[in-house]
Amino acid sequence: MTGAVLLQDVHFAWRRGGFALTVPHLAIATGERVLLVGPSGAGKSTLLGLIGGVLPASRGTVQVLGQDLASLSARARDRFRGEHAGIVFQQFNLLPYASVLDNVLLPLRFAPQRRARAGGRHGSAAEARRLLSALALDGGLETARAATLSVGQQQRVAAARALIGSPEIILADEPTSALDQDRQRGFLALLFAEAARAGTTVIVVSHAPALAPQFDRVLDLRQVLAAPAQAA
Amino acid sequence: MIRLAALSLRNRAGTAALTVLAIAVSVMMLLGVDKVRTAARDSFASTIAGTDLIVGARSGSLNLLLYSVFRIGNATNNVRWASVQDLAQRPEVAWTVPLSLGDSHFGFRVLGTTPGYFEHYRYRNGRPLVFQRGAPFADLFDAVIGADVARTLGYRLGDPLVIAHGLAAAPGAQHADKPFRVAGVLAKTGTPADRTVHVSLEAITAIHVDWQGGARIPGLTTPADAVRAMDLTPRDVTAVLVGLQSRLAAFRLQRWVNEYAPEPLTAILPGVALQELWGLVGTAETALAAVSVLAVLTAVLGMVAMVLATLGERRREMAILRSVGAHASVVFGLMLTEAAVLTALGALLGTASLYLALFALQPLIDARFGLFLPLTPPTPREVALLAGVVIGGTVAGLLPALRAYRLSLADGMTVRT
Repeated sequence: MTGAVLLQDVHFAWRRGGFALTVPHLAIATGERVLLVGPSGAGKSTLLGLIGGVLPASRGTVQVLGQDLASLSARARDRFRGEHAGIVFQQFNLLPYASVLDNVLLPLRFAPQRRARAGGRHGSAAEARRLLSALALDGGLETARAATLSVGQQQRVAAARALIGSPEIILADEPTSALDQDRQRGFLALLFAEAARAGTTVIVVSHAPALAPQFDRVLDLRQVLAAPAQAA
Repeated sequence: MIRLAALSLRNRAGTAALTVLAIAVSVMMLLGVDKVRTAARDSFASTIAGTDLIVGARSGSLNLLLYSVFRIGNATNNVRWASVQDLAQRPEVAWTVPLSLGDSHFGFRVLGTTPGYFEHYRYRNGRPLVFQRGAPFADLFDAVIGADVARTLGYRLGDPLVIAHGLAAAPGAQHADKPFRVAGVLAKTGTPADRTVHVSLEAITAIHVDWQGGARIPGLTTPADAVRAMDLTPRDVTAVLVGLQSRLAAFRLQRWVNEYAPEPLTAILPGVALQELWGLVGTAETALAAVSVLAVLTAVLGMVAMVLATLGERRREMAILRSVGAHASVVFGLMLTEAAVLTALGALLGTASLYLALFALQPLIDARFGLFLPLTPPTPREVALLAGVVIGGTVAGLLPALRAYRLSLADGMTVRT
């Protein structure tokens, strides 16, 4: 059975020189919770960009859910990402002027299958409310403008947005680094609990190994990325 | 998506409102200038209407038009009374109104004419002269003054006025022995009639009884009452307005006048001559139109600068949209839509304000400047101008949209700052 993510002999270089990386082999199984740890500048965000289909590999194979991303057009990769991946950034995840509910429902506008899974046009709001309350967000917040929320609340709204419509993969880039230590554990626990319901694969990149105990597998990015060469 | 775009715009309501306002003001100016110049051209072209031919001594057509209608400059020569009578007897001619110019009153031209002038002179879509007060001249020394004359000099019915000989009021060159009385005041027309003192043709003869070659004959003063008894048929006039039985005869009669053997005469079609004259004075309106186009350009550039300036802070927004599956073209579309919406709102607001201003100021402008601005729905030309503004704004929006597209492709989901 194909896993969630498979990278084989992948090479990527930023067009304007500078950073380049190579991934000889990386396989992540369906439903696995993987932490990729590496110092800043090691290529964490670039790796997520490759898996998310925003950055095209210049060589090698990137397979997500058995789909070779190189065979898709840029537009199709965007659609594929919208349908199958939920993404959480370090911070500033939300459209500040839109309501919490609008923010959670945002991915469904670009992903009809996810919208159907979330309960269609009418059911999806209920699903969003369920996720918000599962992530310990007060129901009164849903009409609030996202900009008025605390950082911790914003991250949980971002998690709800990543989870809505049960995408197969969650990609998170330092999702907890804006939170204090106590809240980091709580945040991941809530995220994992919801991900487990749908059998979602969770891939988190972070510079902080302290999160390791909560994951199935922890990979050192420096070993994953063979010879992350600085191009001349 | 549209709701989100609207929310995003509302988030920047302050700058957006200013941008819309700038466009609105410039659009108001653009359309306003267009309306005014259309109205000015129409009003100019209808300075004289209902008159089929103007006949004067042989000269250029513009010269004849200028002195007979606009009271600018002087005739090189006069038309003999016998010629006027010949002309009046032609079968094509319905009426003739002789005009005699040459004297003035405090800088306003004095026009000697017949009562037929008030009946046949037409302006702006065939409107007749209207008496605000009083009536056409009944007595020999009655004068009818235009609206501007009455306002400037503060004349009322029955006030006396003395006509100066010639155009520059030199002391002593006054027809002080034969004062006139204001018998009528005309309503404002926006034509040279506003600035004219009208008297009868006979009165012009009467005040010149003791004059010869532009100077008073020394020692000779015929009393006003004695003059009344004299034959006051003029020897000559400056020009003649001619109305025809049928306009089709205009060219035939024009030819007859131009070939008139007893003395050299010129006949012009006023409409044609007016067009010719507008071609000369109309350059200013083109400059005005060019300036208003520049104003729109400035406003649109301001709008582009505003949208470009917000790109920096909106890179997060774009990254978020990309992360949830939006292609960079969605970002492109959002930017372009924003530019189009801002321009369209500006155009709409500008048009609405213009009509409001027109509605409010129309009577004032008509009364003050004699310029009638009709409150008509936008002409196809104005609709085209508006469409041009919106299309121009949208095209200008391509600049920030393309930039956002490129940034969004390069940034992907991560924002490098």
